[in-house]
Amino acid sequence: MLRETHVNALILLALLAVPLGALVLDQPFIITLATKVTILALAGVGLNLALGQGGLVSFGHAIFFGLGGYSMGILASHAQSFTPLMEVPFVIPGTNLMPVIWIVAIAVSCLAALVVGALSLRTSGVYFIMVTLAFGQMFYYFAISWPAYGGEDGLSIYVRNQFPGLNTLVPIQFFGLCFAVLCAVLFLVSRLNKSAFGLALTGAHYSPVRAMSVGIEVTRLRLVAFVISGGITGLAGALFADLNRFVSPTMFSWHTSGEIIIFIILGGVARLCGPIAGAAAYIILEQYLGGFSEYWQIYLGLILLFVVLFAQGGLIGSLSKREIVRG
Amino acid sequence: MSTILLIEQLLNGLQFGVMLFLMAAGLTLIFGVMGLINLAHGSLYMVGAFAAAGVAGWTGSFALALVASLAAAAMFGALIELTVIRRLYKRDHLDQVLATFALILIFSEGTRWAFGSFPLFLNIPDILSGTVMLPGGIEYSLYRLTIIGIGLAVAAGLFLLISKTRVGMRIRAGENDREMISALGVDISVLYTLVFALGAALAGLSGALVGAIQSVEVGMGEPVLILAFVVIVIGGIGSIKGALAGAILVGVTDTMGRTLLPVIFGSFMDPSAATSVGSALASMLIYILMAGVLVFKPTGLFGQA
Repeated sequence: MLRETHVNALILLALLAVPLGALVLDQPFIITLATKVTILALAGVGLNLALGQGGLVSFGHAIFFGLGGYSMGILASHAQSFTPLMEVPFVIPGTNLMPVIWIVAIAVSCLAALVVGALSLRTSGVYFIMVTLAFGQMFYYFAISWPAYGGEDGLSIYVRNQFPGLNTLVPIQFFGLCFAVLCAVLFLVSRLNKSAFGLALTGAHYSPVRAMSVGIEVTRLRLVAFVISGGITGLAGALFADLNRFVSPTMFSWHTSGEIIIFIILGGVARLCGPIAGAAAYIILEQYLGGFSEYWQIYLGLILLFVVLFAQGGLIGSLSKREIVRG
Repeated sequence: MSTILLIEQLLNGLQFGVMLFLMAAGLTLIFGVMGLINLAHGSLYMVGAFAAAGVAGWTGSFALALVASLAAAAMFGALIELTVIRRLYKRDHLDQVLATFALILIFSEGTRWAFGSFPLFLNIPDILSGTVMLPGGIEYSLYRLTIIGIGLAVAAGLFLLISKTRVGMRIRAGENDREMISALGVDISVLYTLVFALGAALAGLSGALVGAIQSVEVGMGEPVLILAFVVIVIGGIGSIKGALAGAILVGVTDTMGRTLLPVIFGSFMDPSAATSVGSALASMLIYILMAGVLVFKPTGLFGQA
């Protein structure tokens, strides 16, 4: 058995080694898959803060993933057609600069998370799951019925957005960028988890009454966690849209929310690098089983059922020795 | 907009609400008695619709199709309760959500494998097709009226079952104190399977009845499932009365919103913009209603704190 930090280092090294190996072997498709894993893992890292650390089972994180995606889609489509986003009261032009898009995606997602979180956190437990699921569906239907940005058909962006100093159209460079973002976010989240805020959040997860009695404002704490969590998932959404150069209402669908939860469960709840292991496992399963049978999701369902019923702790849980108490 | 059209839409809303009630009642019953959140409830709705479409295609009888939908959904419900669901009662909600999400994947892909990706069609039986004249000169679809009737009859039956019969007494006792009723010699695991199968049968019936209006396809259950969640949040969890009130509120609000909002916006905007803004807002209306209920009464209209 290994220590969790060692497992984490191994996972990150593997995630870096696979596309580098693919570069040597000239397999651009593998690099794209690794980029997809990196981005989906980032979305999972975001949700893991709320779900793993905070115990908030949000079934609506597709909201933020989708908003991040549409932030990119809307800004880039205006840059693509040289039309301003807004003319009154002041002109806001579109943009194809990733750093600007990321900031907008994070800001929009955080704002949405603030509203959705403030409403959803009035409830708890099963209610919270149902309410977040319902708000997710609201955004989904809105994206479908709002015709301005493609409606049901989605929105194509023909050229990947730019990052100063890089050629983002080269797969390995785009992967490097995503990987750097993931590492930066992981560093921030690990610091956050060890901070007073993170400890209070975990405490409020396992014993809300005790946390309250020592003077922690549980609801406000959870709301802050939910907002940060939404912002990270929103950033992942913007990157995912850039990977595909396409956004559609599917990003908002409840199925997307479910998949992000699956990454966390396959990897291990509340484990820092759990979502990376989980997203990698999911993409490998999708590729392998998808080639093996058109109905690969049956097998995915069976595997998921097995993990939930018999193998709690996920991949990292079975590789490392620290046991996490589950509430 | 004429009054007749308005009343017609009101009835459509009622019919939609009654369907949502059949879904929400099962969900809320299962949650109330077993403390379980079941995402696969939408799959049971789909199973009911497919069983009905299959049997109707084979025998041509709509009555047999309805019986088949009840039987198939109850059977699959009991099957998943015995194999998977009963392992989840003591788990946290996250495990319940994931395991039932896994069941959705299995059910959906299994159905796609068995029936193919193309939607099936379930025809309205001849005696129920056509329209009837309601008082006030309103012509209304007989089939939809029948659905409203069946739904209200099921609601009445459920109230009687729960408040008057011995099984209902046990269900209520199970909601209050699980350990006490098993200590009193009630076989709690049989009761659980029974309640789960009952909820599943209601979902299956609902799927079959709606299947004749819409198409029967894989994935038809999940949008309805999420609407049923909205109903439960509005009505209050564990309360059949709340489920009925919430379902009718959601059904009527959604249907009327889709009809009225574009018209209302049309009174001060140009028509094409009014249609797009109105329909986009109409698709969000019930969620806004839910948000309103959360602000003023987070436990739902009929829920207990």
